[in-house]
Amino acid sequence: MNLYDIIFYLFAIITIVSATFVVFTKNIVYAAYNLLLTLFGIAGLYVLLGADFIGIVQLIIYVGGILILILFGVMLTNKITDVPIKSGVLQVIPASIGVGMLAGILILIVTNISWRNMELTVPESTIGSLGMLLMNEYILIFELLGMLLLIALIGAANIARK
Amino acid sequence: MIPIEHYLFLSSFMFVTGVVGVITRRNAIVVFMSIELMLNSANLVFVTFSSYLGNVTGQLVVFFVMAVAAAEAAVGLAIIIAIFRNKLTVNLDEINILKW
Repeated sequence: MNLYDIIFYLFAIITIVSATFVVFTKNIVYAAYNLLLTLFGIAGLYVLLGADFIGIVQLIIYVGGILILILFGVMLTNKITDVPIKSGVLQVIPASIGVGMLAGILILIVTNISWRNMELTVPESTIGSLGMLLMNEYILIFELLGMLLLIALIGAANIARK
Repeated sequence: MIPIEHYLFLSSFMFVTGVVGVITRRNAIVVFMSIELMLNSANLVFVTFSSYLGNVTGQLVVFFVMAVAAAEAAVGLAIIIAIFRNKLTVNLDEINILKW
C-alpha cells in the first residue's frame, strides 16, 4: 500500500463519516459543517484523480458559495428557541425497504460488471483541454448556463424579497 | 493503484445516504443538504470515469452540474426562506397547503 492508496482511503473515510453525520445528526448547524467536510473530501478525491480544475471549482462553488448559502438558510430559518426536529420514525420501514433495494441494485451493478481497470494516467493539467472543449464544442451549453444563472439570480432575489 | 470499484462504492454509499436523508428527515434544509450529497456522488462517478478513460468530457459535465446546482441552491433557499416567513416553519410535514 503506497502513499496514493493511503491518501485515497483517508479522503474516503472523511467523506463517508461526514456524509453519515450530515444525514443523521439532530443539529442542523452540525449537519452544515459536516457537509463542509464531505465537500472537502470530494475535492481531495478530484485532485487525486487528476482533475485539478474540477477540484478547485468544487472548493470555490460548493464550499465558498453553496455552503455559505446553506448556512445563511440555517441561520435565517432557526428560531432562537429551537424546536426539536422531528426525526422520521414514521417512515423507517418503507424507507429501509426502498433504500435497501436501491443499495442492493447499486452493489450488484458495481460488482457484476468487469470494469476495465487500466492504469490511471494523471495528465499534466486539464484546464487547457477543458477550455478548448468549452469554447468549441460546448459553447451553446456554456452560454445557456450563463443565461440560467442570470435567471436564477433574478428569481432568487425576487422570491426572497419581501 | 485503486481499483475503480472503490470509487464507485464510495459514490454509491454517498448516494444512498442522500436518499436516506431525503426520505427520513423532515427539515427542508437537511433535505436540501442531502440533495447536494446526491449531486456530489454523481459528480464523483463522472470524474472517476473521465480519469480512468483519459477523456476530459466527463469533467466538463461535472462543471455543468455544478453550475446548475448553484442555481438550484439559490432558488431553493429563497423559496425555503419565503415559506419560513409565511408559515414560521420549515418542517415539510406542516407545509401542506397544496395538499387536497
